[in-house]
Amino acid sequence: MLRDITLGQYYQTESVVHRLDPRVKLVTTIAFIVSLFVVDNIAGYALAGLFLFLVIRLSKVPVKFMMRGMKSIAFLLVVAVVFNLFLTQGEVVVSFWKLRITKEGIYYAGFMAVRLVFLIMGSSVMTLTTTPNHLTDGLEKLLNPLKALKVPVHEISMMMSIALRFIPILLEETDKIMKAQIARGADFESGNLLRRVKSMVPLLVPLFISAFRRANDLATAMEARCYRGGEHRTKMKPLVYQRRDYAAYGIVCVYLALCAVIGNILF
Amino acid sequence: MAHAALTDINLVIPDGQFIGLIGHTGSGKSTLVQHLNGLLKPTDGVIYYNGADINGDGFDKKELRGKVGLVFQYPEHQLFEIDVFTDVCFGPKNLGLDRKEVELRAYAALKQVGLEDEYFYQSPFDLSGGQKRRAAIAGVLAMKPEVLILDEPTAGLDPKGRDEILDQIAGLREETGMTVILVSHSMEDVAKYVDRIIVMNKSRVMMDDEPGAVFRRYRELEEVGLAAPQITYIMHALREKGLAVDTDITSVEEARDAILHALAAQGRQDRGVGGSPC
Repeated sequence: MLRDITLGQYYQTESVVHRLDPRVKLVTTIAFIVSLFVVDNIAGYALAGLFLFLVIRLSKVPVKFMMRGMKSIAFLLVVAVVFNLFLTQGEVVVSFWKLRITKEGIYYAGFMAVRLVFLIMGSSVMTLTTTPNHLTDGLEKLLNPLKALKVPVHEISMMMSIALRFIPILLEETDKIMKAQIARGADFESGNLLRRVKSMVPLLVPLFISAFRRANDLATAMEARCYRGGEHRTKMKPLVYQRRDYAAYGIVCVYLALCAVIGNILF
Repeated sequence: MAHAALTDINLVIPDGQFIGLIGHTGSGKSTLVQHLNGLLKPTDGVIYYNGADINGDGFDKKELRGKVGLVFQYPEHQLFEIDVFTDVCFGPKNLGLDRKEVELRAYAALKQVGLEDEYFYQSPFDLSGGQKRRAAIAGVLAMKPEVLILDEPTAGLDPKGRDEILDQIAGLREETGMTVILVSHSMEDVAKYVDRIIVMNKSRVMMDDEPGAVFRRYRELEEVGLAAPQITYIMHALREKGLAVDTDITSVEEARDAILHALAAQGRQDRGVGGSPC
């Protein structure tokens, strides 16, 4: 039943992209997204596409997995394209009934679609090649400077990793509770909205109680091991930049520079 | 494809039988019982309840779940109401009965599992482990099932609590005559009570026989990481030492009588040939 849901879409394989420091991947993803909004012409998008294509090839993740993310934005994509296509003013190319398709409309719709697809694919490359725990690690390190502003960076990232860690456990538990209640004749599927919401009570109460119990146990276990927040805490596997990470930063800088030049000036 | 959790299972479960379903963790016993009330659908094969295919078109699964009551291992997974009595009412209420009937059944079920009146209006979360388990069993009993399946009802209980729960279940079955399937990984638990033992190993039925016959194959049981009750080992050891006792005995009381009987017989024999009685 519920156990079929896979969370976090990490794709396990050996590749340069997988080995990169999570900080590099986070920064690169942000840079890539920024570049998508900076470039404004076909050459720029071609460059972005080429960059994306090369990274995907390097990551050795089958394109099939990338496409999976597309399903969730299919609706958004269609809406964006249709609106841009019909509602942009300009030189009319085709017109029928009250609808008009303009040259500018085609242009914007195309760009919007490419932008959205690249956006999703770019961020999937990151989530597909980085485990959730690595990602929170990277985030913690990246946000470290915020500590000066009294932002509890370590605590936030610890909470994130615990939350991620418990998702599969809670899913499994939900499945068991659901079965136990169905065995007592509970019905989670039929009836109107109000009835369905009410039918969730026998599921949610045991689930919350068990979540609180687990949180309590975990807190005790952490305390028993002298956990007291981020102060003076060292890591077993600290994030250290390797040569490939610096190289990756270099490539990203070059890519951004090229985008700025090709995407705007040359037209 | 993932490996099959159950393969080649052919069982007939007659009315009124008390069955012990034994197997190691991961042997498929829990998966098997979840098929019996339609929580899981077999990828291949059919399950008949009173002659009707439970996964067939038009078969009322909800009604089936009232007839084949399944109590899961952890009572924490099903208790949710503000008090024990209301919680036990949940099952019969789902069957669409009127309020009076629901409450009568809940009351009867709580009495059947031996929960005292003082607990009825307490929060189920304040109960002890054994009492929670009773409340959970009552929650299913209140639906008046014809078949009661208990998945590891003794897990996490101390020896006294374990014996109490098992005695209660055995008494319940005497009283109502319903079919009971007791899932466990311990022979010790079931040996005393059941008429039939089904041993599961690696998603198959390994043995299906009456307790005595199953325990006689204790060496095979050991090979798959299970064990016969301790009393079986004692009786076999005594037999090897030359004491004429019945090795099929499964309970301590029977064993005591048999040993005394055998000793007396041996004593008579010894006196008969003029030896000393000691």
